[in-house]
Amino acid sequence: MTARFDAIVIGAGPAGAEAAIAAARHGRRVAVLDEQPAAGGQVWRAPVGGFAGKGDADHRAGDDLRERLAASPATTQFGRRVWSVVGPGLGRDTGFRVDALGPDGNESLEAPALVVATGAHERVTPFPGWTLPGVIGLAAATVLLKSHGAAPGARVVVAGCGPLLAVVAAGLVAAGVEIAAIVDRAARRDWAMRLPALLGRPSLALRGAMLAGRARLAGAPFFAAHGVRRAEGEEAVRRVVIGPVDAQGAPIAGQERAFDCDALVVGHGLTTACEVTRLMRAEHRYDRLRGGWMPVVDQAFRTTVEGLYAVGDGAGVRGQIMASLAGRRAGLAIAAGQGADVAQECARIDRALVRAAPFSDAMASLMAQRPAEVAAIAAGTVVCRCEDVTRGEIDAAITDGARDIDQLKHFTRCGMGPCQGRSCSDAAEELMAAALNVSRETVGRWTGRPPLRPVALGEMIGAFDYADIPIPTPAPL
Amino acid sequence: MSAARDLVVVGGGLHGCATALFAARGGLSVTLVERGALCREASGVNAGTLTMQMTRVALIPYALRAHAMWASARDWLGHDVGVVVCDGLSLAFTEREEELLAFRAGKRREAGAPIELIGAAAAQTVEPGLGEGVRLAGHCKVDGYANAYLTGLAFRRALVEAGVELREHAEAIGIEREAGGYVVKTRAAPARGRRLVIAGGVWIEPMLAWLGVALPIKVLVNQLAVTERQRPVMRTVIGIASGLLSLKQYPHGTTVIGGGWQGVGDRARGGLALRPERLIGNIRLACHAIPALKQARLARAWAGLEAETADALPAVGPIPGHPDAYVCGSVHSGYTSGLYIARLLADRILGREPELPLFPIDRLLAQPQRAA
Repeated sequence: MTARFDAIVIGAGPAGAEAAIAAARHGRRVAVLDEQPAAGGQVWRAPVGGFAGKGDADHRAGDDLRERLAASPATTQFGRRVWSVVGPGLGRDTGFRVDALGPDGNESLEAPALVVATGAHERVTPFPGWTLPGVIGLAAATVLLKSHGAAPGARVVVAGCGPLLAVVAAGLVAAGVEIAAIVDRAARRDWAMRLPALLGRPSLALRGAMLAGRARLAGAPFFAAHGVRRAEGEEAVRRVVIGPVDAQGAPIAGQERAFDCDALVVGHGLTTACEVTRLMRAEHRYDRLRGGWMPVVDQAFRTTVEGLYAVGDGAGVRGQIMASLAGRRAGLAIAAGQGADVAQECARIDRALVRAAPFSDAMASLMAQRPAEVAAIAAGTVVCRCEDVTRGEIDAAITDGARDIDQLKHFTRCGMGPCQGRSCSDAAEELMAAALNVSRETVGRWTGRPPLRPVALGEMIGAFDYADIPIPTPAPL
Repeated sequence: MSAARDLVVVGGGLHGCATALFAARGGLSVTLVERGALCREASGVNAGTLTMQMTRVALIPYALRAHAMWASARDWLGHDVGVVVCDGLSLAFTEREEELLAFRAGKRREAGAPIELIGAAAAQTVEPGLGEGVRLAGHCKVDGYANAYLTGLAFRRALVEAGVELREHAEAIGIEREAGGYVVKTRAAPARGRRLVIAGGVWIEPMLAWLGVALPIKVLVNQLAVTERQRPVMRTVIGIASGLLSLKQYPHGTTVIGGGWQGVGDRARGGLALRPERLIGNIRLACHAIPALKQARLARAWAGLEAETADALPAVGPIPGHPDAYVCGSVHSGYTSGLYIARLLADRILGREPELPLFPIDRLLAQPQRAA
């Protein structure tokens, strides 16, 4: 029943696919799993459902990766939802067991090495109306555009921060969507300050400028140093009110403007999707400028757990270029561990990682959580959308004596819903740290637990005979 | 030097909180020392089941009284732990389980638990959500559940109101006798008490060792799981004859699945990980009992510790050789019965005659350990 490999890779985005290709090239038996139907991750998400794709640079880069992965001896398993991982010291002496749901039910894989390349989650700092239908994330909008060629609405406000803002605005313009407004948290000077780092990657900086220019040419009003005050509507978003924000993202006095729309696309950067490394009890650290909590890794992207590697945005938000390099580097480290001579190639990658760092850091810092923006969340605004827990209820729990994040959860149900805190933990932890005037490390994180994704019980258990359930010995009477 | 209180309690789980609360309400000045937050270990992460059908026979009289206390918690505790009183069913799907159920239900009935054996059709009436294949069921009207994760919040409020000095996030690192009582050392200020209660769950073994008392405590690592919210699919507490399933749907729609399947963990590191094949086994049992659960999605699974003595009966009573020092823990299915047992200990400390006997630990110290 259990398939055995030299290495398992979770996630077939740029980081995971490169890791799999590199390790497989040196003769390692590699399995790479992804929940999507094809490789590419979010940045190079493949077109699906008869949509031919846009034929743009991202589409071509994704196709290139998909072709190289398909040509590699690595075993690919798509449409797999990984729900359980166990590793060394967690019921095993060494190595890993990964359980995933696929078209044939639950499958178990085992390997001495595991590469976690699970990417990032989108961060939306809550504001009134953010849970209305018609409000979606910037990253979600890129999925709609790249995979389905679909637009989120006919007249759209695009808001938030970071490079995705320009990407989405340009994509919407190309799709014929009317842009009601582009609202950038960053002031023009925030971009200017990062100009030297951006110019270290002239091709990417130019592409970003072109995308922004394309959206502007379409006549979309652009507001720098602004944020969404609230989204309004009964059944769905119908109007978005924006206003000026300071350098920290906090609302300041100034003219508010309202825009009628049928969709709001908004994102405040990315947080690391490091659920697997947390589940493995690897050591983590908090780095606000790179997406928050991340596993501690060495130069070869080894975590503190034997055989466990973490690459890509899930190990610190650094973008596609560094993700691809990191994936290859980890793949080579796995090959080297089993005898391959990869020293020269590793040295080249290490130099490329150093060169890429300034651009990546500049982008990541634009997308970092702004504590002042979190502090400005109104008491009545929902923070945990699964369980409808407001900022006011979080504050009340802290007044009631909650001093760590698990206690906050028990007092309020914040983080107990289907997303298990993937959506709300960054804001909830920040609110608690600010209220208690302690570090994020002191507040802590919700304990990592399975399942890594919600899975239907019926799918988990498959078909079975009652007599075959291995019921343990009864407790004493 | 801090002044000695009438009582210092080490361990802020259900046993420690309840002992502290009743002692304080009885007029003692009490300090409660807890290394983390209140009821965040076994008392906050257990399945919340308040059932007679998984309770050890010797504990049935205690569990019945504890059940009544849980049912009226809003009145005497003053805060809500989400208690729901409902019917409970223990199911038998095979001939072997039928025998086990008939025998065990009979013994529990003799001990006072109002369990009736009923057939499949009657069981279906009690629980319309049941699946096929039930051969026999134990039906008990004294059943129900609490919302375990609310235990800490409810007791915290009650303890503050009762004037108990709470020292959360203060790990006890040693206990010593001194003139007129005991001193509990922490990394910050020590806590002093004329009397001492050790209520440290699975950690009572190392705590008693500080006093030179060797009481072996086995650590169980129980796996639990909870679904997302779902339409109502069941209205009772469900178990099976072997005791390896506990199942109930909360009013907000989530269903908690337990039964004591063992995961990975230890005293030093807590409940570390789940064994996926056992999680699947436990969920198969749950879905066999209530098929509509198959449509629910698993939201979270976790593992929590449970303490067990060599004879699987409680360690509750005086600590031999140490005047005015007591231990309280290792109550099998302790969330159900512990509330009442802690009250008995508080009565003893307050100089009242306990209504039912305690469980002195001499039996576990004096002779070689017997298998359960």
